[in-house]
Amino acid sequence: MTLGRISLVVCVVLLALAPLTLSPFRLGLLAKYLCFAIVAVGIALAWGQGGMLTLGQGVFFGLGGYAMAMYLKLKEAGSAGLPDFMVWSGVEELPALWKPFGNPVFALAAVVLIPGVVAFLLGLLVFRQRVRGAYFAILSQALAAAFVILLIGQQGLTGGTNGMTNFSQFFGLDLTDPNGQRAVYAITALVLGATFLVAKLLVRSRFGRLLVAVRDGEDRVRFLGYDPAVVKTITFTISAVMAGLAGALFVPVVGIISPALLGIVPSLELLVGVAVGGRFVLAGAIAGAIAVNYAKTLFSEDFAEGWLYLQGGLFVLVLVFAPKGLAGVVESARDRLASRRQTGPAPVEVTA
Amino acid sequence: MRSRTFSRGLLALLLPALLTTACVEEPGGGAGASGDEIKVGILHSLSGTMAISEVTVRDAELLAIEEINAKGGVLGKKVVPVTEDGASDWPTFAEKAQKLISQDKVATVFGGWTSASRKAMLPVFERNKALLWYPVQYEGLESSPYIFYTGATTNQQIVPALDYLAAQGKKKMFLVGSDYVFPRTANKIIKAYAAAKGIEILGEEYTPLGHTEYSTLVNKIADAKPDAVFNTLNGDSNVAFFKQLRGSGITPQTTPVVSVSVAEEEVKGIGPENVAGHLVAWNYYQTTTTPANDAFVKAFKAKYGADKVTSDPMEAGYNAVHLWAAAVAKAGTTEVEAVKKAAGGITIDAPEGTTTIDGDNQHVAKTARIGLVQADGQIKEVWSSPGPIKPDPYLKGYDWAGGLS
Repeated sequence: MTLGRISLVVCVVLLALAPLTLSPFRLGLLAKYLCFAIVAVGIALAWGQGGMLTLGQGVFFGLGGYAMAMYLKLKEAGSAGLPDFMVWSGVEELPALWKPFGNPVFALAAVVLIPGVVAFLLGLLVFRQRVRGAYFAILSQALAAAFVILLIGQQGLTGGTNGMTNFSQFFGLDLTDPNGQRAVYAITALVLGATFLVAKLLVRSRFGRLLVAVRDGEDRVRFLGYDPAVVKTITFTISAVMAGLAGALFVPVVGIISPALLGIVPSLELLVGVAVGGRFVLAGAIAGAIAVNYAKTLFSEDFAEGWLYLQGGLFVLVLVFAPKGLAGVVESARDRLASRRQTGPAPVEVTA
Repeated sequence: MRSRTFSRGLLALLLPALLTTACVEEPGGGAGASGDEIKVGILHSLSGTMAISEVTVRDAELLAIEEINAKGGVLGKKVVPVTEDGASDWPTFAEKAQKLISQDKVATVFGGWTSASRKAMLPVFERNKALLWYPVQYEGLESSPYIFYTGATTNQQIVPALDYLAAQGKKKMFLVGSDYVFPRTANKIIKAYAAAKGIEILGEEYTPLGHTEYSTLVNKIADAKPDAVFNTLNGDSNVAFFKQLRGSGITPQTTPVVSVSVAEEEVKGIGPENVAGHLVAWNYYQTTTTPANDAFVKAFKAKYGADKVTSDPMEAGYNAVHLWAAAVAKAGTTEVEAVKKAAGGITIDAPEGTTTIDGDNQHVAKTARIGLVQADGQIKEVWSSPGPIKPDPYLKGYDWAGGLS
């Protein structure tokens, strides 16, 4: 498909040109949308391909984000100092939990490993017990709620409701400088590209076929001798790692991490982007996440009073008229085009 | 191969379209003081849990802008508000603040309510060297060079309330608060004060924001039998707390509750019958008798409806706009450093009385007032400080507060 190749090249070129044409503020927003797009790829894998409706992706996003924020805060505070929020929360000594995060290698590993391990253990427990469908969705949502309560309750450890803010350095990059922001954008775009590639390879592999089979007929797959719990746990873990990476990038991009980003509502918002774009198509999920967040910015800037209604209206319209999302619209348009190209009347199915 | 085909098709259609729209720059808003207009940002939550409180502050700020424009504006230019929605979400506050500064190029921003939103906006204003006017009483221990604080800091609200209780002979106190930075810091200060003045703290309890089940906590208070309860609960929780407190038979006569986040607007929500007789600590009430307040209350009701009440944060927001206008007039420009320099010592006759900006810490000298909630929902002043109290956000002038900052 040359058209597909061309469009891919166009996208890459546009993403590459963005730092030259956009103001630092708009570029920062685009980088934020790309962070959400990284989460969307993971959700499209778990939900679209694997049928696991995960309403708690905010938890993994948060685990990655807090791991990164802890490192950046310690770096900012220097060797002897305490992060600013600990000072006003009455903490006098650096808690033991924080100490290893002063090491950049540990922090980077934690960004990937903590969400991965949590998702892996959770997946093993849940999928072995054959919890699926709505029960899994409710469980993941409850996890998001509990996680937020835990973060808020531990103000001295986590910054409570405020979360953590005021980061000026990111591995030697100056976040207050437009060039530093451009570099962070570039990193985010590259991570999104890598995430997309990994997901694409996974979907095309034998494992990907097995995953779709588990989604469409878990019991049949089990009778054929495979263990669906393993397939689902691995996929869920990969999607959690993607969310963790996105959370870690979100911290330098936006400059804040707080429980307000991780609870039930933000977790649902992540899902809305994927639903709007089309959960069965990876590129659709990315486009949906970018589109929904771009619409949020656009609506709220132009209609500060009633933008939520506009955003809600958009979501309802998509669900009513395009239940498979924007990708579904594209798909049916292509099918129609293809059938029109065929000469003569529509082919008649011949059955033996 | 079908999935590959249509995913490519989707890429073909969607992403380029999106990215081109994202890449098209809207024309810049011009400088904050270009032409015959001065743009200012108004950044409060118009949606989400905080909207109910923050919308009233936004209304008061818009009223002040209207008044300034009616008198010919600032430096002969009309003040034009640019409103953005913080959506009760701290990262959104930071994003919109950046938008107001770099896209709209506003001269200053009036905004925020929760400490979390202020902490999220602080780095944005400091990095852009732009000005924020923050209108709500807060937990102190902060003094950003790019923020003006027109609400009370702790030595203008919490410390006078403690002094008042101590003068009334209250020796045993119980602390109740929502679980976030303001109540926790406030209670840290209260405990330091209590330790120095021989007041016994019988209990310290936190509940999540939005919590509504208070029977356990009310039982604990009933068992502890404190002389007074210090209440730093925020928002909806106050409704449940005061109803259940009244239901348990604890009366204002035996155990008065002193609240620092309950004003006229909240009394309306709690129901005056549930909270009448309890104490509150603020710097302004709708009933405060000054000529400026008569005019403020009248103008506010004329613009927004006769059933509307005015409260302390609204008045602080209203003052912020007038203080900024006075500072700009004195500086002769909207340029941030010049306005900051001119702001020290600026005095206006505010609804709460004479109000002066402290040039050192960019807080405002305010009169502390203890009020008694009346059965009609209004608040009657029962005590006030002899004059405006000099702001001391780090409590440096108090011996007992040595270990706090």
